[in-house]
Amino acid sequence: MNWLTSILILLTAYLVVGLEATFEGLRHLLGAQIDLLPALMVYTALTADFITLTVLAAAGGLWLDSLSANPLGVSVAPLLAVGCVIYSRRALILRDQYFARFFLGLGASAAVPVLTLLLLLSSRHTPLLGWASLWQWLVMSLGGAAFTPLCFRFFDGLHHAFRYQPALNVPFRPDREIRRGRK
Amino acid sequence: MFKRPHYIAFGLVGLLTLIVLTLPNNTANQIKLAVGSLFLPFFGLAKSSHQLAAQAGEAVTPRAELVRQNEQLRRTNQWLELRAMQADALRHENDGLRQQLHWQARAAWKLKLASVVARDPANWWLTIQIDLGSRDGVKTNAPVLTPEGLVGRVYAVGPASSQVMLLGNPNCRVSAMSEIGGAAGIIVGAASPLENSILTMSYLSSENNLKPGQMIVTSDAGGTFPKGVVIGQAFEAPHPVEFGLYSEVRVKLAVDLGALEEVWVLMP
Repeated sequence: MNWLTSILILLTAYLVVGLEATFEGLRHLLGAQIDLLPALMVYTALTADFITLTVLAAAGGLWLDSLSANPLGVSVAPLLAVGCVIYSRRALILRDQYFARFFLGLGASAAVPVLTLLLLLSSRHTPLLGWASLWQWLVMSLGGAAFTPLCFRFFDGLHHAFRYQPALNVPFRPDREIRRGRK
Repeated sequence: MFKRPHYIAFGLVGLLTLIVLTLPNNTANQIKLAVGSLFLPFFGLAKSSHQLAAQAGEAVTPRAELVRQNEQLRRTNQWLELRAMQADALRHENDGLRQQLHWQARAAWKLKLASVVARDPANWWLTIQIDLGSRDGVKTNAPVLTPEGLVGRVYAVGPASSQVMLLGNPNCRVSAMSEIGGAAGIIVGAASPLENSILTMSYLSSENNLKPGQMIVTSDAGGTFPKGVVIGQAFEAPHPVEFGLYSEVRVKLAVDLGALEEVWVLMP
């Protein structure tokens, strides 16, 4: 992990929030916009350092709220909470497994909207809610879950493109090693 | 596990969130629009790519189709010019009658065209962002409409962009009445988060004479919206709620909020 990874994560968060505000295809098709920040938070919590995680929660949450009618800052706490929970258990998580990525994305994408709505309702806001919100929640959860493994692949590809590649043909041959001393 | 720098970072973000959440509404809205302006290059890029795609589509439109559309637009233009002449004559007559009765003259509408640059990414609000701001003279609570009818009102104004609360948002309440009969009520919000083209008109008198199919327009009771702007059409008979204390009716919105690309802002 280095500063380049952190910048790439923040840049992706910026693009993701911008796309959510401008791309309407899924909203017309499924009746709900998918939030991709929880999936990005799963990736960050599993692979990046804690500072990147907190910066992503703060910047991503503020960017999302700035384009929304949400009170400014209300999306920061849910993202941070989800990120911290995953970060604290990341040594125990099989992050290389697809199913682990999918289910972590599912959990994060389900938890973030619920926590945000709880914060909104507890601060006396009146969001548009009804039975159809359950469908929207399902779409958001499954959409986020499907995006999480893609997010890992995307960043793996980026790292592959930016990192120095190991030399494949090393001049050193183990069978030509000169052993000093007696056996 | 967590170490000291982690707790410090966590505390700083927590503190920042708390500070931002407790800011007064006006300050928070200004910061929101300032942060949101970071996305203006992105929105510009999205708009350009949209226009490029539209131009590519137009390039393959057959000439016969373009001629047909041109002819249709010419006819519509002539019809609208006649309607405008008729409206001008009626306005003059109305002004004359108002003068004779010593009534205050009605101010003519000043409208400005705005493009929709973004939509609310959250599923529980209905808002859009437009590319007009305080530099263009937009003020908070300015009504926003299209030729089909009312869209909503401006609720936050930045220098170059504004946020508009759409009809159906629970915080966008509009005083409304039926065009015929004048049954008055309040548009309180969308009937369902999935179906935001159907609104609920509430607080109707129990003895209202509203019939299905009647047009619902704004009344100027709240002072925010001018009188007579089309909201939609009642598509059912009013039903009593709260043990008959008042009635509610569902209204089909005249404007397709999902397909908004350009809107008109009514300037003060």
